Amino acid sequence: MSVAIEVVKPGALTTVQDLGRPGFAHLGIPRSGAADRSSLKLANRLVGNAEGAAALECTLIGPSLAFDGDAVIAITGAEVAARVNGEDVALNSAVNIPAGGLLELATTSTGLRNYIAVRGGLEAESMMGSSSSDLLSGLGPEPLKAGQTIATGEPLGEVPAIGVAPVAPPADVPLLHVVAGPRADWFADDALALLAASSWEVSSDSNRSGVRLIGPELPRLRHDQLHSEGMAHGAIQVPASGQPIILLADHPTTGGYPVIAVVASADLDAGGQLRPGQKLRFALS
Amino acid sequence: MSTAASCRLAGDRAVLIELKDNDAVQRLAAGLEAQRGEELEEIVPGHETLLLVWRRGTPPLGAIEQLISGAELTAEASAQPAEIELRVRYDGPDLAAVAESCGFSPEELVARHLACRYRVGFIGFSPGFAYLLGGDAALQPPRLAEPRTRVPAGALAIAGPYSAVYPRSSPGGWNLIGSCDEPIFDPTQNPPALLTAGTVVRLVAK
Repeated sequence: MSVAIEVVKPGALTTVQDLGRPGFAHLGIPRSGAADRSSLKLANRLVGNAEGAAALECTLIGPSLAFDGDAVIAITGAEVAARVNGEDVALNSAVNIPAGGLLELATTSTGLRNYIAVRGGLEAESMMGSSSSDLLSGLGPEPLKAGQTIATGEPLGEVPAIGVAPVAPPADVPLLHVVAGPRADWFADDALALLAASSWEVSSDSNRSGVRLIGPELPRLRHDQLHSEGMAHGAIQVPASGQPIILLADHPTTGGYPVIAVVASADLDAGGQLRPGQKLRFALS
Repeated sequence: MSTAASCRLAGDRAVLIELKDNDAVQRLAAGLEAQRGEELEEIVPGHETLLLVWRRGTPPLGAIEQLISGAELTAEASAQPAEIELRVRYDGPDLAAVAESCGFSPEELVARHLACRYRVGFIGFSPGFAYLLGGDAALQPPRLAEPRTRVPAGALAIAGPYSAVYPRSSPGGWNLIGSCDEPIFDPTQNPPALLTAGTVVRLVAK
């Protein structure tokens, strides 16, 4: 049965996300979808959904949600205190919410983003095969607002009998592996070594499109204008300031800043958990 | 590889292919599209590059080279590009300043801008934002020193070698010389973008 979820408090930024809309980059449309895809998939699996079902992505300060019927949810991703009717509930586990129950997420303590999957998935407007909110392009549902309600869909199957999924929380100082290029030759010889040897800080000017980093300037060899070219997810773009930007799920599909290296696929989810003020490192693979 | 100058890794799922010009980009993109398999997630044209993104990992370089040479053969026989007429008005706030900086009267600028046969080189910046190539070499104003925080949807703009129509209201640093009422991007339509890479565009004064 469908359950209505009322948004009591939306949190800092809570959006609907699934696995995005791949295949439209040539039209200027980023893939979008969960910034930490493995956490979204896990949350869905825990409640017996297809792993790409629409769920909520919460950012830093989580929402308060009231359920009008019995529901099963799972919360994954960042370390956060979560309560149902005032009682602490476990992360990475299926959690029963009774009719009239209130789910509250506090501020994340490690990592940035939480995923809340609800058994049956969320009914959300689909655009080009996805219900993801693409905040760069303005596609998909708007971020959650206080007072709105979201309906759940019909459950597919049983809730699997898993206790708590063994998941390591996001690291305090994550190490992101990168592949050099495609424009490493636009930088001075020591720039890649400097990227790997330095400690970088995440700027507060970061969002679902990109994570801006504060650290040493990566010296450029070439200063001419690069013609716009396609950008890969995880590309580390270096604008004229020399301060790199890691491109995330809602990144522009083309760009004119040279890309010194690209984050390895296996570490992209960790990139989606980087929070303003924290430190990170890179390793050349 | 006859036209591919080089193939650069862009992470573990993508390669960036450098080509000699945008014609070569269009040919290779069309050839790859025609023989596209499930494993290729994105084919993203740039000005002189093509980014290929695979769903899982990149295949070995030899396989990529084979894919490219096969696509170039297919592309030789590819069909004529689509052609679209856009009705525009030359009523932009930067028209007079651009004309002056290029050494023309506003009327001369409009005549020169209308006379060109444009082609969509690639799409980027925002959904459906088509970079039109083929503009007049004497009409290449630099971007504005201070980008506008809001450019209205439908603004006809030029910067460097490109012309474009802003598909929706957004910040923007290009010179606004006119406007266009045609819907450039509509996510409820299939395809959602009116202009796609390779499309020939003729501008007609309203």
